[in-house]
Amino acid sequence: MMTSFLPLVAAVLFSIGAVGVLVRRNAIVILMCIELMLNAVNLTFASYSYELRSMTGHIFIFFVMTVAAAEAAVGLGIVIAVFRKRQSADVDEMNLMKW
Amino acid sequence: MSSQMLVVNGIAFVAIFSALMVVFHRNPMMSVVFLIVNLICIALFFLLLQAQFLFAIQIIIYAGAIMVLFVFVVMLLNLRQEEKLHPTWKIQRILAFLGGPLLVGALWTALWHRSPSSEGFPGSFVSGFGSTEDMGRLLFSDYLFQFEAASVLLVVAMIGAVILARRKES
Repeated sequence: MMTSFLPLVAAVLFSIGAVGVLVRRNAIVILMCIELMLNAVNLTFASYSYELRSMTGHIFIFFVMTVAAAEAAVGLGIVIAVFRKRQSADVDEMNLMKW
Repeated sequence: MSSQMLVVNGIAFVAIFSALMVVFHRNPMMSVVFLIVNLICIALFFLLLQAQFLFAIQIIIYAGAIMVLFVFVVMLLNLRQEEKLHPTWKIQRILAFLGGPLLVGALWTALWHRSPSSEGFPGSFVSGFGSTEDMGRLLFSDYLFQFEAASVLLVVAMIGAVILARRKES
């Protein structure tokens, strides 16, 4: 029962994160919404891993966490660099490479 | 409703509420706090799913290390001139609010109609499903190359973050 319920929760969390990425303009909050989506995927991995009694899903979660840590470090570095240049973390103003 | 299901529903409610607050709270600092609440809820789900090792590293790495990074950056940048949440109703935002429920519906339909899972792949566990020992054995035998690749990724990310955030002396 838990393994059929938790993926539904994860789907809701993923969608909230996706809406957040599209709605918000603050780059830091957008990075946080990406973390939200990665966590929803982790939850799905964990519940199917539990259902199938296979630990491969746990390995996947381990690597997703590694990539999330790397992404957060580099992403926040970019935000700091942009903020220094423009005194703003608004993604609507980061349009130098927009066609 | 069994007591376990009651607990699961409670945690799920807190998780979804805090996720909504991450997106819709105006103050980025409060978003960080609610994201920590959300990460702890996910960690409790890991515990219920017998993933003890993942529970521990979720708390230590995610709620600890990564969120401290976010807290530092939010406090470092002076975001006083905070955005208004709906300054202009751009077409992208309207489509996002319409598309979000659609995405939930699509995912739920896919999850309801999935083919029943097979009987599983009962691996041989040394000290039980989800234990740290078995996790380590898997990481250092079947997934050794991926593990080393992850370490290279972390080194590259560390160097990249230092170079990006460095102040240019000119």
